[in-house]
Amino acid sequence: MPALAHLSNLEFTLLVALGSLLAGLLGALTGLGGGVVIVPLLTIAFGVDIRYAIGASLVSVIATSSGAAAAYLREGYSNIRVGMFLELATTIGAISGAYLAPHVPTSAIAIIFGVVLLYSAYTANKQLHETQAIEPDRFAKRLRLDGSYPSENGPKSYNVQNVPAGFGLMYVAGTISGLLGIGSGAVKVLAMDQAMHIPFKVSTTTSNFMIGVTAAASAGIYFHKGYIDPGLAMPVMLGVLAGALIGARILPDAKVKSLRLIFSLVIVALAIEMILKGAKGHL
Amino acid sequence: MSSQPHGLTEKRFETLIGQLLRVGVTLSAVIVFGGGVYYLFQHQGPAQNFHVFRGEPENLRYFSGIFDFAVALHSRGFIQLGLLVLLATPVARVAFSVIGFASERDWLYVAITLGVLALLVYGLAFS
Repeated sequence: MPALAHLSNLEFTLLVALGSLLAGLLGALTGLGGGVVIVPLLTIAFGVDIRYAIGASLVSVIATSSGAAAAYLREGYSNIRVGMFLELATTIGAISGAYLAPHVPTSAIAIIFGVVLLYSAYTANKQLHETQAIEPDRFAKRLRLDGSYPSENGPKSYNVQNVPAGFGLMYVAGTISGLLGIGSGAVKVLAMDQAMHIPFKVSTTTSNFMIGVTAAASAGIYFHKGYIDPGLAMPVMLGVLAGALIGARILPDAKVKSLRLIFSLVIVALAIEMILKGAKGHL
Repeated sequence: MSSQPHGLTEKRFETLIGQLLRVGVTLSAVIVFGGGVYYLFQHQGPAQNFHVFRGEPENLRYFSGIFDFAVALHSRGFIQLGLLVLLATPVARVAFSVIGFASERDWLYVAITLGVLALLVYGLAFS
């Protein structure tokens, strides 16, 4: 970006912090997470190398996930056993993804990123159905995954289904997270909501709970590979965190549905831009 | 279901884990913010070039180097130290869960959680 080449360090840092704040705000309001827009924002608008962008994004993902998980745990929706068991799959995936990253050309990473963005935008606007199967699953029983969550009529219990399929999908979610530096909440919710038939609110909060652990597994590897630059990660992490905190505060009054639609359109535009730039080898 | 008999202690434990996460994130943000203000004082002039990937110098990649930098009041080392606190927060959460499951005598989940902890420690320390 030629226009940004003449910025002073202070101007650059403040602009990145402001962009990250908006990303964190929208990410919290729509439930998509700030990470999905940080990488396109840094690479497309600021001309940052995608590897630095991924490193900074991962750090911000850990911050927002851990911050939000603290609030969700208090409400009692997260299923700690489901989360911990599936974290086995996501951390193995995250480590695979982080090891894979240096061997995948950056143009290919940009294209994969674009495809995952499109998928995230699609699931965010799709009506997820609440299916409740009655028969217990063999693995779920042995692993004691079934649980209950608070509802208007007292605790409501649920059975967990298709544990092996969910575990496999979680490995994929972890690999995507490690490769692209995002929380990949969309794939995690797909695994829990669609495959394992876990109630939506439990899926989303447990997914959030897992994202921090998944991201920490690959962030360590990125750290050692020199992908995490303090000058870039600092404004990104603080900006996204501030945006997410503001978002959580104004969430009850926000028009979530129209916001989600607008945010999804932005994501689709960014996804197409990433795919095109990746295909032309500009990233 | 299975979690019902332990309902109360488990609830307390979840609150404790929530507090641990909040403290870790806050501490990290404070260190990163302090380091960041100092960094902007130390590094005035044109913005750093992130367009070309070079990778961080060795001493900003490993704990010992970062610690030396931070102690020597080097702003970039200070920020990295704050980021390491952030990375350590989920690890501490998992370690804490090991104790939680052990206190419930849920050995299957002690083993599962230890597995997750081993993977995290591998990613952070031995990769």
